[in-house]
Order: sequence, then structure tokens, then C-alpha cells
Amino acid sequence: MGVLGLSRLQFAATGAFHFIFVPLTLGLSIMVAWMQTRYYRTGDETYLRMTKFWGKLFLINFALGVVTGITMEFQFGMNWAEYSKYVGDIFGAPLAIEATVAFFLESVFIGVWIFGWNKISKGLHLMSIWIVALATNLSALWILIANGWMQKPVGFVLRNGRAEMVDFMALVTNPYALLKFGHQIVSGYTVAAFFVLGISAWHLLRKNETELFKKSFKMAAIFGFVSTILVAVIGDFHTVEVVRSQPTKFAAMESVWNTERGAGMHLLLIPDPAHERDAVEAVTIPKMLSILSHHDPNAEVKGLKDFPLSDRPPVLPVFLGFRGMVGLGFLFILTSFFALLLSFKDRIESAPMFLKILVFMIPLPYIANQLGWIVAEVGRQPWIVYGVLRTSDAVSKSLTMSQVTVSFVGFVLLYGLLGVIDIYLLIKYARKGPDIDVSGFLNRSEQGE
Amino acid sequence: MAFQIIWFVLWGVLWAVYFMLDGFVFGSGMLQSFLGHNDTERRIIINTVGPVWNGNEVWLITAGGATFAAFPTTYALMFSYLYIALLLLLFSLIIRGVSFEFRGLVNSPTWRSVWDKAIFIGGFLPALLFGVAFGNIFKGFPMDAAGYHGSLIYLLNPYGLITGLLFVLLFLVHGALYQSVKTTGGLKERSASVAAKLWIPLLLVAVVFLGYTYKATHIFDNYLSNPLLLIVPVVAVLSLLAIRLFLAKKALLKAFTASCLTILTVVGTGVVGLFPNLIPSSIDPQYSLTIYNSSSSQYTLVIMTVVAFIFVPIVILYKIWVYRIFRAPVTEKDVIENKEAY
Repeated sequence: MGVLGLSRLQFAATGAFHFIFVPLTLGLSIMVAWMQTRYYRTGDETYLRMTKFWGKLFLINFALGVVTGITMEFQFGMNWAEYSKYVGDIFGAPLAIEATVAFFLESVFIGVWIFGWNKISKGLHLMSIWIVALATNLSALWILIANGWMQKPVGFVLRNGRAEMVDFMALVTNPYALLKFGHQIVSGYTVAAFFVLGISAWHLLRKNETELFKKSFKMAAIFGFVSTILVAVIGDFHTVEVVRSQPTKFAAMESVWNTERGAGMHLLLIPDPAHERDAVEAVTIPKMLSILSHHDPNAEVKGLKDFPLSDRPPVLPVFLGFRGMVGLGFLFILTSFFALLLSFKDRIESAPMFLKILVFMIPLPYIANQLGWIVAEVGRQPWIVYGVLRTSDAVSKSLTMSQVTVSFVGFVLLYGLLGVIDIYLLIKYARKGPDIDVSGFLNRSEQGE
Repeated sequence: MAFQIIWFVLWGVLWAVYFMLDGFVFGSGMLQSFLGHNDTERRIIINTVGPVWNGNEVWLITAGGATFAAFPTTYALMFSYLYIALLLLLFSLIIRGVSFEFRGLVNSPTWRSVWDKAIFIGGFLPALLFGVAFGNIFKGFPMDAAGYHGSLIYLLNPYGLITGLLFVLLFLVHGALYQSVKTTGGLKERSASVAAKLWIPLLLVAVVFLGYTYKATHIFDNYLSNPLLLIVPVVAVLSLLAIRLFLAKKALLKAFTASCLTILTVVGTGVVGLFPNLIPSSIDPQYSLTIYNSSSSQYTLVIMTVVAFIFVPIVILYKIWVYRIFRAPVTEKDVIENKEAY
């Protein structure tokens, strides 16, 4: 593996690590804000204790999300200097706007929320967590506008030896980016919903703080059910957009080799990329692939053989990633529906087996998110900007093998250590449960108003 | 033409404000173990920066993002040429961030003393590295048509190291003054006296830095051709002297304000001297990265100017509001009673 390969591995590893923390932040910020809103409206102390308990876990997770994000911005220049030179004119803008418009808000108001409990009015304090939630999602929008441009480059011309922006509105209304944003945020909400469901289930199984965790469970079930449905619906439209803008990615996602009209979908499929065919194709739903890809049963689906070998992504990771993600997505819809049913019938405690399953399901939405990004990023290869710039032409010229080796090993060690510490702290505080005593806070805040 | 100049000014302002704001966090981090004599005092020190350090760090992200958007070629070459230095910077900033957050989460002396060391490193290393990096930018990179001829060892040349030392001392004094304003009792007095003691080596290094800059860089060329600009370094020197004056009068907030101004104008002195270069070539000026040969297109610069002129003032407004909310000093009572405190 050379400088290019190791740089790619490093970007993938640091990105994947960063993305352990981001999806939970996207969803849990909203859930905590929702809990605090209910406290604000009802004055019910249970909601305050919920806010503090889930808020603590939110913060432990948030810390690593923020610090690992800087790495992503820096690496574009450090490892991908040729990319940055070539597309910085258009790609740099959404990153700079993200920092100015969204990340400032998020970072400033998280401080207000953590330290402001007794310093500002309850209304302003509630507003600060909603600003954090909003800004976090706004951050995702600008980052995905940047990533969406790499997937479907719009609003630029090739001039002066680089890609120059000529239409800012095209950049920010890029349908690929907006669909990806929609799909991503609700995927993040799914992570948060299952996180809250799983930890609540763990405590409910131990008859610990039953009232508080039943309330948390119900909120997460509602949030999760709505989100998982939206993941699928937006995902479906996103697929059509992928087909339109990135035919090679879609062909790899479904391991389609030959172009076909009214193509069927094989539920059982084993790709055989070496021979440019599928080793097994069985349990076929007629015309399904055409419906899925074009919302039209007779549409033509492009096969990989229509494209030169040098323009095709690796099939196996993209295919498996997509299947895994979609399979998990359906599992999440069913599970959250069942959780919703139980909590509306108030029969959560009568299903201990289901609660146990929920505890073990906590990692699954994380995995689904990672798989989704494997589909998105590996599926875009061999391009770093689809159809415009190849990944192999994007790496920094000045970079040496020893530099990338040092940085890669350094990242693995540091991130490994931080990951272990973070998971240890999350488990410690998740198990500990909510603080009983919030009276100190109550007295003081009443005096303050 | 005009938009490149606007972005050069913004670029300089973003870096200067970043150093002014994160500088006292670095300084507080370096001093935490020395000023804080027990766990409560050490907690007070990190809690004085608690509500604001996150937002302060975003100025760095924005400075980086602005370099990327407005001067992509400079962004690409600066970041790839300084690869290992930036890697160390990233690691130390990551350690700094998590050590604030994680230190208080386990109630064990061993755990906390490990994170106290991390807090020191997270303050010292970025301060030094930023100084070394900017020293080398002022001096120019050894680059020509064939690319970059430097290395991490090359960056540690005497001028780079002096600038690194200057940044460390600036931020130490800045952090000590911030602590003197934001704490009470013994901690406050110790912080003020440490600031006064550290001010002497700071003055010495600042004098050496000024002289060395005259000798080793072309920073003063702009001042010689346009003496009016000398106001920036003059204010830097005056505000540096004012720190000591205010300290003697026990006017701590004024001393801290003077320290803010010192950092802004020291960075400003370098940036004004660079113009129109972003990174000069120390080999041949024709390979220097300037605001003209490394900028984005006019269209992008106009869009980014509109965004910056709308949103940067908004950011400044709500940041001022937040600093006002948390303007009171942090006391022992605060960190013991507030369960959310670090």
C-alpha cells in the first residue's frame, strides 16, 4: 500500500470514527431538547431528571464528535492537497459556511446549556438546547452539501485548471445533497431512538426508576418509529437520485452486470466480480429493480459491463453494505413499531425478552450508518468527485510514505484509546442511572426567577 | 482585486481573534496544575474556560475553512507541507478537548492527575506549534518550482523556535490574567503574581523576537514603504507595557484587556508585514503564495464575503452575550454545587 492507499485508509478510518459520535448527537440533541420542553411546560421533575440523565450521555458522546471533526477538515489539506487545489473554489465554501453559520452556534450554545442552568431564565436555557439541536442538524446540512457535491458535482465550470463555482444556488439546492441530508439526519435520529430504547430497557428490566424510563421509552418509540419510516421513504427517493447521477454506484449496490429493461430484483444474490457475473441469483421479484431504481416497472437498469473497468467501483463492499443497511432498516421499522405498540398499551414490562433484545440492538443502527457511508464513499470510487476527478489524482504530492505511516499509526492509537475511554464512560453513566437529587437546582432556580 | 484584499484582512482577523480567545485557554491549561493547589482549585480553573472554550476553538475551524474557501492553493500547500506539525497540533487539540470533558467524570485522584497532565500538554503543545508555524510563515517556506524542501526538523529553526517561545509566553501571561479576573481569593492573587513574574521573560523574548524578525524576515519591508502601518507594532509594544502597568495598579481586567490587544496586534504585526503574501518563499519571491496567485475566483470570494459580512457580526453578538452571562468569577461554591461543572 502506497501513500495513496494509506491516505485513503486513514481518511476512511478517521471518518468512520468521527461518525460513531455524529449520528447520536444529531438525534439525542433533539430528544433532550424535547424532554426539557416537557419539563418546561409541565414542571414535572421527572422530565428534568430525564433531561439531566440523557443530557449527560449526550455530552460524553458530543465531546468526541467535536474533537474528531477538526481532523476531517484538516485532512483535506494535509493528505488531499491536489483535491483541495482543484476543487477548493467550490468545495471550500460550504465547509467555511458550516463553521460560520452552524458550528459556532452549536459550540457556543452547548456551553450556555451545560453551565447556564442557574445563570439564565428557564426559557432562555431551554432555547439554548434547541439552538444546539438545530445547529447540529444545520451543520450536517452544510457538510452534506459539500459531500453531495463530490457525489453529484453541480454549479461549476472547469476553468484556470480547476473547478470554479459559477452557481451557488445550484450547489445548495443540489437534490443529491438534500436527499442525502434528509436520509442522514433521520438515520441519526434512529441511532438516538435505539440508544434511548436500549438503555431504558436495561433499567426497566432491573425495575430501576420505572416511571422515568417508561417515559423515556415511549418518547424514543415515537421518535424512532417516525424516523425509521422516514429513513426508508427518503432512502427510496435517494436511490432514484443515485441511479440518475451515479449509475455505476447503483449497479454495484445491486450487483447488476448486464443492462436490462424491467429488471427483477434477486433477494438471494452472491456477486462474482472476477467473472463479471453473479454466482447465485434466486428468489427474484419481477420488475422490482426497475421500480426501485426509476419508480417505473419497465425502466432500463444500467449494468456494470456498460462502463469501462477503470470507472467501476469495487462491487462487494458496496453490494454488501447496501444489503446490510436496507435489511437493518426494515428491522428497525418493525422493532420500533413493536416498541410503540407496547408503550401505548402500557405493557412494556410484560415483554422482558423484547427488552433484552433492545439492549443488544443498541449497536445496530450505528452499524447501519457506517454501512450507508461505505455505500456512499466506496460506491463513488474510482472518483473523488464523480466523473470530474479521480481519487488517485487527488493525493498530496509532497506526502511521503513515512509521514502517512506515522499519522496513520498515531490516529489508530489515539482514537483507539479515546474510543475505549468514551465507551467506558458512556456505560458507566448509563448504568448509574439518573441522579435522585435535583433539589439543589430547583431551589436555586426558583430563587433566581 | 478588492475582494482578495478583504479576504486577506479577514484571514488575519480570524487568526488574531482565534489566538486572543484560545490563547487564554491554552495559558490556563498550562498553568492549571501550578496555580491550582488542590482538586477544587484545579476544577475552578478549567470551569472558568468551561462555557467558552468550545466556541473559541471554532475560530480555528473558521480560519481553516476561510483559508480553504478563499485561498485554496495556500490551504492545500500549507497543510500538506506542515503535515507532521499539523498532526501533532491535531492530537494536542483533541487531547485538550477531551481532557476538559473527561477529567471530572471519574472521582479518582489517579484519573484526575492523568488528565491534568493531558491538560498541560493540550495547552503547551498547540501554543508552541502555532508559534513555530507562524514564525516559519513570517520567515517564508523553502519552496520553489520543485515544491517544498523543509521538514519538521527544519521548522524548528531558531526563528521558528523564538516565535514558538513568544506564543507560549504570551498565552501564559494571557491565561494567568484571565484566571486573575475569573477566580477569587488565593487563586486570584497567585494568578496575578504569576502573570507579573512571567511578564518579564515575555518582554525579553518579545524584544528578541522584534529584532530577529527585522533580521530574519521581510516583515518590515511593508512598514518601511508605508510608515503609517507602524501603528500596529507600536500598539503591540504599548499594550505589552500596559499589562505591567495595570498589574501594578491591580487593575486586572484592564491588564487582561491589554493582553488581548497585545495578542491581536502581535499577530497583526506579522500579518500586515506579510501582505500580499500568505506564505512567502524563502528561496525565490516568485514562488511565494500570494493573495493573488492562490485565491478563489471572484464569484466565490463575493459569495463568501456576503456570508461573512452577515454571519460574523451575528456570531460576535451572541458570543458577547455569552461572555456577559458568564462574566462572574467562578467560586468554590459554583463547582461543588453545579453537577454539570467540569
